[in-house]
Amino acid sequence: MSLAKVTQVKGLALAVPGDDIDTDRIIPARFLRCVTFDGLGEHAFRDERTGPDGLERPHPMNSAQAARIAAAKQGVMVVGFNFGCGSSREHAPQSLWRFGFTAFVGGSFAEIFFGNSTTLGVPCLTLSKDDLAECDAFVRANPEVELTVDVQNLVVTAGAKSWKASIAASARDGLINGKWDPIADLLEGAPAVDQTAGTLAYVVGK
Amino acid sequence: MAKTLFQKVWEAHTVRQLPNGQTQLFIGTHLIHEVTSPQAFGMLRDLGLKVKYPQRTFATVDHIVPTNELKEPYSDPIAQEMIEALRKNTKDFGIRFFDTNTGTQGIVHMVGPEQGITQPGTTIACGDSHTATHGAFGAIAFGIGTTQVRDVLATQTLALSALKVRRIEVNGQLSPGVYAKDVILHIIRVLGVNGGIGYAYEYAGTTFDGFSLEERMTVCNMSIEGGARCGYVNPDQKTFDYIKGKPYAPKAADWDAAVARWASFASDAGCRYDDVVKFNAAEIRPTVTWGITPGQAIFIDEKMPALETLNAADRATAEDAYKHMKLAPDTAIKGTKVDVCFLGSCTNGRISDLREVAKYLKGRKVSPNVKAIVVPGSQLTAIQAVHEGLDKIYIEAGFEWRGAGCSMCLAMNPDKLVGDQLCASSSNRNFKGRQGSQTGRTILMSPLMVAAAAITGQVTDAREVFTV
Ligand code: SF4
Repeated sequence: MSLAKVTQVKGLALAVPGDDIDTDRIIPARFLRCVTFDGLGEHAFRDERTGPDGLERPHPMNSAQAARIAAAKQGVMVVGFNFGCGSSREHAPQSLWRFGFTAFVGGSFAEIFFGNSTTLGVPCLTLSKDDLAECDAFVRANPEVELTVDVQNLVVTAGAKSWKASIAASARDGLINGKWDPIADLLEGAPAVDQTAGTLAYVVGK
Repeated sequence: MAKTLFQKVWEAHTVRQLPNGQTQLFIGTHLIHEVTSPQAFGMLRDLGLKVKYPQRTFATVDHIVPTNELKEPYSDPIAQEMIEALRKNTKDFGIRFFDTNTGTQGIVHMVGPEQGITQPGTTIACGDSHTATHGAFGAIAFGIGTTQVRDVLATQTLALSALKVRRIEVNGQLSPGVYAKDVILHIIRVLGVNGGIGYAYEYAGTTFDGFSLEERMTVCNMSIEGGARCGYVNPDQKTFDYIKGKPYAPKAADWDAAVARWASFASDAGCRYDDVVKFNAAEIRPTVTWGITPGQAIFIDEKMPALETLNAADRATAEDAYKHMKLAPDTAIKGTKVDVCFLGSCTNGRISDLREVAKYLKGRKVSPNVKAIVVPGSQLTAIQAVHEGLDKIYIEAGFEWRGAGCSMCLAMNPDKLVGDQLCASSSNRNFKGRQGSQTGRTILMSPLMVAAAAITGQVTDAREVFTV
């Protein structure tokens, strides 16, 4: 299985502020009533974007900037700390990815969200607290400037600005080598898998 | 060298090192449900792959099952489609399905232990973040995404990096009216909702030694609310006794060897932990959340925090929380009017929870202003409860007695909050919109505190309502 090498992602950026944004907020549970991920993009952040009265609420995802990212199917979401906490639903990164986001930059990411995104080939890069604040402010002030998320060199740049970024080494390795979906590697290990299985009493039925 | 349970289980299940430095880890037990598995089966078919060890995956249906509707087709056609997809997928691939007509269906984290599938020293994965529940048995159990569900189906392995281990020791006796739920809410309050990122939590100490397996499950269940992907308690005699005789428990001839093996997985004395945190059980009081993250919690007799006392980052979340909850900083939470009471979920929907509350509920009545529902987490729990006559006590008190499922823990079935209703809930998440209404409000607490709220119609201290 050959996958694209994700060495860098370039695109317009949207700041979605707040810490501890959970996956129930990213994709409300009622949209999990489905047997495919198709069509999830339009429901990303649905209950933050639309009030109980059905009217649009002020939210970054309702902005013209978000619409541009959706049209380009390419863009960077700049988030806070512990983004994607809560439920393990892959529907969350799936919905944002299908909306058009192809990278995340934030203070920290919940582990399952991070893993789910990486497996989609969507990098989640972490900035220091101060750098994140600066990046966030820059993105808001300069919506027309593209952000470059450089996974290879671990840096986020926008215009003349740049911030040092980090990501788990294994995720970086997978992304830049086009091995972000581990299935090929895992399948390759099949003989060793059978060997391990044979050593586990509960697996062999004892 | 002295090792933690985590290290021992990890080593026993390591298949090999992957090129990216991660470990290919064998997943001995895979649990699936209707929400996060259909896309995984779809990917499997797209890739032309088979299920590698069909006998090591077990399925049930829980999230979308209506708890007041037994007959199919369900009134929600999407729910019907999802249950049928799971029936087809499990049939096509030869996977055991604990379906609704078997008397064994239930919340996935209850079915595993009830069947004796959940065992010490094993690895367990499920496309559900509360999989750490199974850690109560000394298993390394964690939630995974849908693509990883595909990985386990196709290869019985996952690509993972090892976690650090934080030992959380709780010592001493809990006061009357204080429960395992209060212990975990307190731990999350102190260590924070992201304090566990990168860690497996090892829960230990005399309080845990004294806990039943069901109490241990309540704590392990909410590890993820503290940011820890996995949490466990070292296996002991109580663990072995709980498993004995369950359908998937080792048979008599294999039993002694199994127990010896299980016991050998417990963390060694003198092993090194990446972090150790200690709590005194006597200091923990009944705990309730006041905000929109499980870490925004206080003891029932405390005031909610004044904004000035919080650091800048916490303050922003708190302001958002107060606005959503329609509560005021620096005031008491006691006395807050409650509209709905929900007793159930994989945190607190077990037989011991139902028994404990029933003990105090006899002769009491739910407030006329409250809708109270009790939802056994599994069919086996429901059958046992009815056998003991617990259902009558609840119905007599004014609770609605429901069928097994996730129910009002999340908004995927007909049990939902309406408008800005406030729910006293024994579940695990108080996120905005979690219980089905965008403006709905959730206060997490122990089952007995839920019962006290049901009777008085307000958030209250169960120790003042009942003689504990
Ligand atoms: S009861 Fe709640 S937390 Fe548990 S599996 Fe169901 S929805 Fe998830």
